[in-house]
Amino acid sequence: MSETTLLNGWGRTAPTPAVLTPVHDDAEVRAVVQAAAAAGRGVVARGLARSYGDAAQNAGGHVLDMTAADAVLAFDAETGLVDVEAGISLDELMNRFVPQGFFVPVTPGTRLVTVGGAIGADIHGKNHHVAGSFAQHVRWLDLLTADGEVRRVGPESDPDLFWATAGGMGLTGVILRAQVQLKRIESSRCLVDTDRTPDLDSLMTLLAETDHLYEYSVAWIDTLAKGKRMGRSVVTRGRFATLDELPAKRRADPLKYHGSIKISVPDVFPPGLLNLATVAAFNEVWYRKAPTRKRDQLQSIPTFFHPLDAVGGWNRIYGPRGFVQYQVTVPFGQEEAMREVLDRLSSFGTASFLAVLKRFGPGNPGMLSYPSPGWTLALDIPVMKGLAGLLDSLDEVVVAAEGRTYLAKDSRVRPETFAAMYPRLDDFRAIRRRVDPDGVFTSDLARRLSL
Amino acid sequence: MIDALGSPSSLLLVGGTSDIAVATARRYLQERPLRVVVAARDTPRRAAVADELTAAGAAVEVVDFDADDAGSPERVVAAAAAGGDIDVAVVAFGQLGDQDALATDPAAAAALGQVNYVAPVVVGTVLANRMRSQGHGAIVALSSVAGERARRSNYVYGSTKAGVDAFYSGLADSLVGTGVSVLVVRPGFVRSKMTEGLPEAPLSTTPEAVAEAIVTGVRKGRHTVWVPGAMRFVMSGLRHTPRAVFRRLPF
Repeated sequence: MSETTLLNGWGRTAPTPAVLTPVHDDAEVRAVVQAAAAAGRGVVARGLARSYGDAAQNAGGHVLDMTAADAVLAFDAETGLVDVEAGISLDELMNRFVPQGFFVPVTPGTRLVTVGGAIGADIHGKNHHVAGSFAQHVRWLDLLTADGEVRRVGPESDPDLFWATAGGMGLTGVILRAQVQLKRIESSRCLVDTDRTPDLDSLMTLLAETDHLYEYSVAWIDTLAKGKRMGRSVVTRGRFATLDELPAKRRADPLKYHGSIKISVPDVFPPGLLNLATVAAFNEVWYRKAPTRKRDQLQSIPTFFHPLDAVGGWNRIYGPRGFVQYQVTVPFGQEEAMREVLDRLSSFGTASFLAVLKRFGPGNPGMLSYPSPGWTLALDIPVMKGLAGLLDSLDEVVVAAEGRTYLAKDSRVRPETFAAMYPRLDDFRAIRRRVDPDGVFTSDLARRLSL
Repeated sequence: MIDALGSPSSLLLVGGTSDIAVATARRYLQERPLRVVVAARDTPRRAAVADELTAAGAAVEVVDFDADDAGSPERVVAAAAAGGDIDVAVVAFGQLGDQDALATDPAAAAALGQVNYVAPVVVGTVLANRMRSQGHGAIVALSSVAGERARRSNYVYGSTKAGVDAFYSGLADSLVGTGVSVLVVRPGFVRSKMTEGLPEAPLSTTPEAVAEAIVTGVRKGRHTVWVPGAMRFVMSGLRHTPRAVFRRLPF
């Protein structure tokens, strides 16, 4: 049933109302798209709403709830190619295919994203430096465009539309189905190495020198550490264990997998509970408890990839005013810009839990795809006084370094700043004009940034 | 769209040459460039305001607005919306009137009621319709502490502001859940062109201070702000002052 609903993103900021319609098949999607075209405020698809900002909101218009269409349509156990409806989550893909010896090609820090959303945001994970982003593992997708037609689009068959849709935040049409190349695994356990680095220099050196030895790599930075300790981090890197690397007792059931949410955060957190004192104390404990160096530790998929998924609704801890995630990347050679960003954040005193730093590998042809070779930093910041000005000034540092911000995380970048970050924005706009001349597909994000 | 940190990308100033409206635009422009629609009568002052805001980084559009013309609010809002969604609209027009004339001249009283009450109600209704359909936006209405309790020295003006305040406060409640918010601003004596030549009242303030309160109020999703903040407690005291005392107060 369609119903006007106040929608917000994971950061719980700037909610707006839209007519939300759960859709189960192509005909239902088409009907809503046609209704939206007539009503004049457009439509956008919404998955599991893990984008932090306003990507899956459409004030005064229509929003499609895609999560009802979540079937596996075909699976080839020889090749690992799976055809799915776009509303299926990575969580469900893992539940189904890890026991059969296949993992998703790319996973972000949460399993709770849909395949449609993973393509729309062209998500990346800890293996970006070797595997690229999600869209690079998509063989084709079925896109319902503004004319009501369903087009099968692939990187070979219609590269322009494919690479506008990958990372295109749902603005080229509705992704209905996709074929995804899964990754073969022998076990559901990861072999993880942990290293603690005392500052930013040693962190960047460690990652630059040895990242290529690992399939998965990420560093958690304490953004509240200042001065000589600025950038102190815990680096965890690993790969899936092979059968003979498992201890004997696990070899009987090497693909055993259980990815459930254990506890939920109640919606009662007052604003300001997370302040500098509490967060700094947490970060200190977290840094101290990590081993200086540890090798070949066996970890489960949820522990290694999705630690926060164990806590349902963790975004509520930031209280009713919500939070933003600031994620930016700067190219290799611009390490000083990254240092300046971190330095300004730590001296401003944003009460941020651990930030994430990672080295990206090569980018892809996606016009609005975020990953590009260099360093990417992501951190959550509760909404506070002066934050708008601070982040605008950090954006200037990033733009000067020819870096960029990630649309799936964004809720506040200036439109002209965004345009300076994505030189292919005009190509993207040209594709949109071709497939959606009347601008039926739109969102709060698209309006805010004049995409 | 107003973003996650409360920064709008477009601003409509109805009564765009008022000092408070201009100060509000300037205050927003200190943060970011934005589209500003200046709705006012076609005067040299309007052209000067347009130039000033353009120089401050705004993409300025100018629209004719006449508070005496019943059709004007619809035209203003349609023109402003033609360039994209209206994120924040400031309803800032109004006149003080000459209380001596207003006390005896029914036509003057009616004219002030039109400009200060009827027209803002029409503008608020048109804005609410537009913002309800766009699903977001903030309306800022300039009320006054004078509306809190009418005084013998300016009760006609005070009564119009009391009406405006009641209208926008009720409108705010009617819009809950629509994505649209309303901020009612109650300044004390503002040193501006409207009050030029008048003796200053206690706790007087400036257009810049009112602008700061507006930007902060919109950012925090407030429903009412007093400028200066202390006015709230002063007026609370005055509201409960016995009438025999109140009417003898020297202002």
